Amino acid sequence: MRHILSVLMENESGALARLVGLFAQRGYNIDSLNVAPTDDVTLSRLTLVTRGDDQIIEQITKQLNKLVEVVKVVDLTEGAHVERGLMMVKVRAAGAQREEIKRSADIFRAQIIDVTPTTYTIMVTGDEEKLAAFLEALSGATIMEVARTGVSGVARGEKVLSL
Amino acid sequence: MSKSQTQPEMLSGGEMLCRALHDEGVEYVYGYPGGSVLHIYDALHQQTQIKHILVRHEQAATHMADAYARASGRAGVVLVTSGPGATNAVTGIATAYMDSIPMVVITGQVMSHLIGGDAFQETDMVGISRPVVKHNMVIKDPRDIPEAIKKAFYIAESGRPGPVVVDVPKDMTMPNEKFPYHYPERIKMRSYNPVKKGHSGQIRKAVNLLLQAKKPVIYAGGGVILGKASGELTQLAKLLNYPVTNTLMGLGGYPGTDNQFIGMLGMHGTYESNMAMHNADVILAVGARLDDRVTNNVSKFCPNAKLIHIDIDPSSISKNIPADIPIVGPVKSVLGEMLEQIEQSSQSVDDAALDRWWTQINEWRERHGGRYRKDDSKMMKPQFVIETLCKVTEGDAFVCSDVGQHQMFAAQYYKFNKPNRWINSGGLGTMGFGLPAAMGVQLNYPDADVVCVTGEGSIQMNIQELSTCRQYGLPVKILCLNNGYLGMVRQWQDMNYESRYSHSYLDSLPDFAKLAESYGHVGIVVEHAEELEDKLKEALAIKDKAVFIDVRIDPEEHVYPMQVPNGSMCDMFLSKTERT
Ligand SMILES: Cc1cc2nc3c(=O)[nH]c(=O)nc-3n(C[C@H](O)[C@H](O)[C@H](O)COP(=O)(O)OP(=O)(O)OC[C@H]3O[C@@H](n4cnc5c(N)ncnc54)[C@H](O)[C@@H]3O)c2cc1C
Ligand SMILES: Cc1ncc(C[n+]2csc(CCOP(=O)(O)OP(=O)(O)O)c2C)c(N)n1
Ligand SMILES: [Mg+2]
Repeated sequence: MRHILSVLMENESGALARLVGLFAQRGYNIDSLNVAPTDDVTLSRLTLVTRGDDQIIEQITKQLNKLVEVVKVVDLTEGAHVERGLMMVKVRAAGAQREEIKRSADIFRAQIIDVTPTTYTIMVTGDEEKLAAFLEALSGATIMEVARTGVSGVARGEKVLSL
Repeated sequence: MSKSQTQPEMLSGGEMLCRALHDEGVEYVYGYPGGSVLHIYDALHQQTQIKHILVRHEQAATHMADAYARASGRAGVVLVTSGPGATNAVTGIATAYMDSIPMVVITGQVMSHLIGGDAFQETDMVGISRPVVKHNMVIKDPRDIPEAIKKAFYIAESGRPGPVVVDVPKDMTMPNEKFPYHYPERIKMRSYNPVKKGHSGQIRKAVNLLLQAKKPVIYAGGGVILGKASGELTQLAKLLNYPVTNTLMGLGGYPGTDNQFIGMLGMHGTYESNMAMHNADVILAVGARLDDRVTNNVSKFCPNAKLIHIDIDPSSISKNIPADIPIVGPVKSVLGEMLEQIEQSSQSVDDAALDRWWTQINEWRERHGGRYRKDDSKMMKPQFVIETLCKVTEGDAFVCSDVGQHQMFAAQYYKFNKPNRWINSGGLGTMGFGLPAAMGVQLNYPDADVVCVTGEGSIQMNIQELSTCRQYGLPVKILCLNNGYLGMVRQWQDMNYESRYSHSYLDSLPDFAKLAESYGHVGIVVEHAEELEDKLKEALAIKDKAVFIDVRIDPEEHVYPMQVPNGSMCDMFLSKTERT
């Protein structure tokens, strides 16, 4: 089962290494990971996509909570939530393909954020499914480079992850 | 207001370190100097509050500090230099980590501006130690030192204890850079709040289940000792008249000579405790982590038992075996609350069922309990050596063990009636632990009988400490069960490799007695069972010198019972020829 864990932790050097080290050390998966300070710069929020049965996810959550710098951990996939990732795709765009690529981008509400006579760089946001579908839609074109942020997310409604 | 309150004293980083340790109540620091800690050593030299013990290898410093913590419950303190000093300490840090022992390790580091440049004696100690510490930190400003030290002790000693490394770059301790010193009284951290109390609802459920049990077992581990709860444990067991078994780490947490004590459980546990566990209907696990040396194959673990699990660390619960009633909290307060609830409960134990259960347990005891082969071989049996040690020390010595067969014999045949007396490396199983551990205990308990039970393999892993032992006049008694083999390895080779003894033979052993004498200690050789008791008494009567007692034992003797690999708890070899 896929789980999205959101972690609030002290914004201190070493905290991230400790968290990533924990996953390596205990053989847990990380599908994607994203981290940045929150509105309160003393705190970082980290969103991590991992996989495992209930027992493994329970252990991961407990082990994360044990890290001295971790303030709170929630499993977003336990309830209603929204998740988004951002992806930039640089494609070869010359001749007749230029128009076709632009049409695909429009359908996905993606933006072309850099243009040269031979390339487009397209930015698209969405959940993992949408990003995968967009890459699929571009499969006729030559993809030169892909950069993704990994998933970030919050619970729906009143529920928040804060101090 | 006095002057000192309005105007804080100005101290250098090195001086602040020493002062902070003193304000924390530290008496001894175990360490070894080198380039990056020279400012700290100079500060140490100019004060008298903290006493420094100079070891011969940094690993020994960590084991001394660790053993002090195991005996006293307070964090031990280590000071080592950067690079090789710090890496030499890693085994000792990992040893403490695996057994949840509080320790504060101060490691020197190269100057801040050199970090990352492969400077002389630079190693990323924070990175190296990360998987084997409870926490670690780097000092970035000398002004932070007092608070960092307070924090290190707080984290090391609270909750589930563990080692904390404080990495100190040399420029944080410059003698001429002085800062106002203030030692904080307490620390508050928003991201770290160990549980203080168990959930009362869960405790109520546990008490209900416990009182309904027909075949109960109390399975108590190292957490009872770490949590200073052997009083509560004993009270609970007595109130209910339930059998108690201990893990290797829990020995002494329940009186070893009490009739309700059914011995250690697990891989080398007693027949009766493994049988009782396997057949139990309710198991109360208290500060024990259902380690693989206890459970054997988890899918065959105690098929009919409901598990109540008390632990301060939620990650110990349902890690290996799912708990039916988890209780997160300190053993002392949880057991205290259980006692109250039981006393107030209208329910009572099922005496008839309990009688049948005790009859069954006593039958198991009769059948195989605590016996060893007293054959006609002239060789001395290691079990007999430990029994004799227990007799002459009246079961009241600190026994600090190394790792191997001798460790298991000590665990099985020394009867510990008090907590904190059995000092051994269980989780990591570090050969070389015993001698420095005994020295750490002896230093802090100068009048106590402190015995290092070791093997000729293990003792050679830190034998250089005989020199430290001499320097500080520590009268430890080293009882070497000399079988001429890496016995524990040989046992596995006998069982699983058709006795192909690949590198389990120790050739070129020194004459240990003479070696000890050359360091200024006393050396005694014991070759015959008849002379053992007298020689042990003679050794123990020597109060001002260390004594090395080299006991020649039967190399063929193996540790039994031994669980059959991959079986259930009750699948055991009972001797070379018998199996359950
Ligand atoms: C050669 C060899 C053979 C061995 N054979 C055996 C064997 O036959 N049997 C055996 O039992 N072991 C054996 N061991 C040891 C084994 O490897 C483990 O170290 C041991 O079983 C763990 O003991 P424990 O479960 O009591 O946990 P510990 O490692 O002592 O852990 C303590 C637990 O208590 C918790 N705790 C700490 N403080 C508190 C508190 N205040 N309140 C509540 N909980 C707290 C901790 O979170 C932790 O979960 C052997 C080791 C060696 C080297
Ligand atoms: C540092 C270290 N290396 C290797 C081992 C593996 N090991 C466990 S017991 C043992 C043999 C110990 O021999 P000895 O000290 O003579 O004790 P005996 O088993 O003979 O009583 C070995 C090699 C270990 N536990 N620690
Ligand atoms: Mg040996």
